[in-house]
Amino acid sequence: MEATAGAACRAVVGRDLLIAARRRGDVLTTFFFFVIVVSLFPLGVGPQPDMLREIAPGVVWVAALLAAMLSLARMFGADYADGSLEQLVLTPQPLTLLVLSKVLAHWLTTGLPLVLVAPLLGLQFGLPADALATLLVSLLIGTPALSLIGAVGAALTLGVRGGGALTAVLVLPLYVPVLVFGAGAVSASATGMGAAGQVSLLGAMTLAALVFAPWATAMALRISLE
Amino acid sequence: MSNMNWFKYSSPQTFYPLAGRMAPWFIGIAVVLGLLGLYLALFAAPTDFQQGDAYRIIFIHVPAAWMSMFIYVVMAFWAGIGLAFNTRLSSMMAHALAPTGALMTFIALWTGAFWGRPTWGTWWVWDARLTSELILLFLYLGYLSLVAAIDEPRRADKASAVLALVGAINVPIIYFSVQWWNTLHQGSSISVTRAPSMAGIMLAGMLVMVFAFWAYSIAAALMRVRILILERERNAAWVRDSKK
Amino acid sequence: MLQVRQIECVRGNRCLFRDLSFRLEANQALRVGGENGSGKTSLLRMVAGLSPVESGEILWKAGRIAASGEDYRRDLVFLGHANGLKDDLTPIENLRHALALAGVSATDAALRSALSEQGLDGVADLTVKLLSQGQKRRVALARLGFSGGKPLWVLDEPFAALDAASVRRAETVVLAHLRSGGMVLFTTHQEVELAGAQVQALELGAR
Repeated sequence: MEATAGAACRAVVGRDLLIAARRRGDVLTTFFFFVIVVSLFPLGVGPQPDMLREIAPGVVWVAALLAAMLSLARMFGADYADGSLEQLVLTPQPLTLLVLSKVLAHWLTTGLPLVLVAPLLGLQFGLPADALATLLVSLLIGTPALSLIGAVGAALTLGVRGGGALTAVLVLPLYVPVLVFGAGAVSASATGMGAAGQVSLLGAMTLAALVFAPWATAMALRISLE
Repeated sequence: MSNMNWFKYSSPQTFYPLAGRMAPWFIGIAVVLGLLGLYLALFAAPTDFQQGDAYRIIFIHVPAAWMSMFIYVVMAFWAGIGLAFNTRLSSMMAHALAPTGALMTFIALWTGAFWGRPTWGTWWVWDARLTSELILLFLYLGYLSLVAAIDEPRRADKASAVLALVGAINVPIIYFSVQWWNTLHQGSSISVTRAPSMAGIMLAGMLVMVFAFWAYSIAAALMRVRILILERERNAAWVRDSKK
Repeated sequence: MLQVRQIECVRGNRCLFRDLSFRLEANQALRVGGENGSGKTSLLRMVAGLSPVESGEILWKAGRIAASGEDYRRDLVFLGHANGLKDDLTPIENLRHALALAGVSATDAALRSALSEQGLDGVADLTVKLLSQGQKRRVALARLGFSGGKPLWVLDEPFAALDAASVRRAETVVLAHLRSGGMVLFTTHQEVELAGAQVQALELGAR
C-alpha cells in the first residue's frame, strides 16, 4: 500500500506539472505580476536609493504574498470544475498526502519562480549581497508556507461567489507571521544584524504548516464537495 | 444526570425558549454593571498625573479588547463542537457570537485611536496591541464573509468552523509575530496602550466594565441565536405552530 | 453487500426523499429513475461518500462507509456528471493518471486498446479539449475496462451524450462486470438494455 500511495502522489505532481507546462501562460502571468508589482513601488515612492534599500524587504515580500494569493484559485479551481477533484477525493489513498502533492506542484510552478527572480529585484533596490542571500533563503523557506496556508483558503472557497477577493480576506491575516519574519530577516541582514533567528522562526512556521495545513485542506475539500 | 440535561438543550427547539428567558437577565446585569463601571471610571477613579483625564477611555478600550479575544476563542470552540459532533445549534452559536466579537474589536480599535490622539498626537499608532487587534478584526470579517458567501447552511457551518479553528490556532502566532515586529522596528516600544499604574479603584472599575461587556455579549449572542434558530428551522413543525 | 438504510436527503428547504432503503448484492444492478431534481445524483453522491448522510446509514460489507474510508474507496468506482478529465491532457494521459490514482498499473498498449474499444483510436493523442462531448464521455468510461477488481460501480448518467453504438459498447462492459460478481448503481434517462442481468428499479420522487 505504501508503494501505491507514493505512485499516486507522483502521479498528481506529474500531472499538474504537465498541465502547467502546457498552459505556460498561467504560470508566467503570476511571475510577471510579481515583477511588475515590485517595480511599481519606486514609481510610487521615489527613487532615493537609501529609502528603496530600506523598503525593499517589505516590498518584495508583500509582492510575493499578493502573487501567491492570486494564484491560489488555480490550485483546486480547475479540478473542482471538471470533476477531477471528486475523483481525487475518492482515491483510496490518504487525501492529506494527495493534497500535499498538489501544493508541492503548485509551489513549484508559482513559488519557486519568485524565489529565483527575487535576488535580481533586490539588486534593483540596492540591497547588499548578504541581504540578497537572505532574501533568497527566506523566500525559499517562506513561499511553501504561503502555498500551504493558502491551500486551506482555496479549499474553503471553492465554487463560492466572491472568489479571489474572499480568499484574500481569509488568507492574508494568516500570512502576517510569515511576512513579518520573512521581511524581518532580510531587513536584519541589510542592516548587518544576524538573520538566523528570524529564518529559524520562518522555518518553524513552514514546518508547522507542513504538518497541519494539508489536513485542514483535506477537511475543507470534503466540505466543499458535499 | 447533568449530561442528560445538557443534551436536552442542544436541540434548537428546546434552547430557543431557554435563550429567551436568559437574555433579559443578562441585559439587566450588563446595564447595572455598566452604570457602576462608568461611575467608577468617570468619577471615582482619580485623574492620572501624566495623562490627565483622557486616559479614562481605557475603561472601555481594555474590556473591549479582552472581550474581542475571548469571544473569538469561544466562537472557535462552538464552531469546533459543531464540526466534530455535527450539531447545528453549536454552529449557530458561533455565528451568533461573531458579530459581537467583531463589534468589540471595532470598539477596541476606535477607543485605542482616541486614547492615542491626546497622548501622542496621532490618530493611529502601529503598536503591537492595536495592530494585533486590527488583524483580529480581519479574522472576524473573514469568518463573516465566508458565512455570507456560502448559500448551503451546513456547508457554511462546517467551512466557517474550519476557518475559525485555523484562525484560533494562528492568533497566538500572529500576536507573537506582531510583538516581535514592533520591538524590531521601534526599539524601546512606545506603546499607546501602556496604562497608568493602577490604583485599586481603577482596577475595580476595569473589572466591573469587563463583566458588563461580558454580560452584554452573552445577551447579544442569545438574542441573535434565537433569530438564527427561527431562520434555520423555519420549516420545522414547532416553528410553524408557534407563530408568536 | 451494499445496504442503504432509511436515508433522507434535504436540499435547500425541500426534502427530496426520506426513509429510503435498499440492498445491492453481487451480480445485481439498481437503476435509479425519477424526474430531474428528484435527488438521483444526490443519492449516488451519498453512496459514493461525497455527501454526508445526516440520518440513516449506508453500509458496505456491513461496515459504515464513513468509517471504512480508504477500504471502501478501494472497492468503488464513481463516475459523476462531470467527466473528471483534464482538458489539457490527452485521453491516454488522462487514463494513465486515473489508473495510477486508483492503484492500477497498465501498460501503454493496454491503455490504447481500451481507448480503441471505445472507438477512440484516432483521437487518443489529441488533447481532450478538442474532443466532442460524447468522445469525452467515452474516455471517462474507458476507465471501467480496468475496474473489474472494484466490485461497486456507481455511475451517474453513464450514457449521457453517447450515440447508439457507444451505448451498446457501454452496456457490454456493465454486463460483463455484473456477470463476474460486480454490482452497479446507476441513473440514466435513456432506454438501456441489460439483457440477462438482475436489474432492480428505484423511482425517486414518486411519493
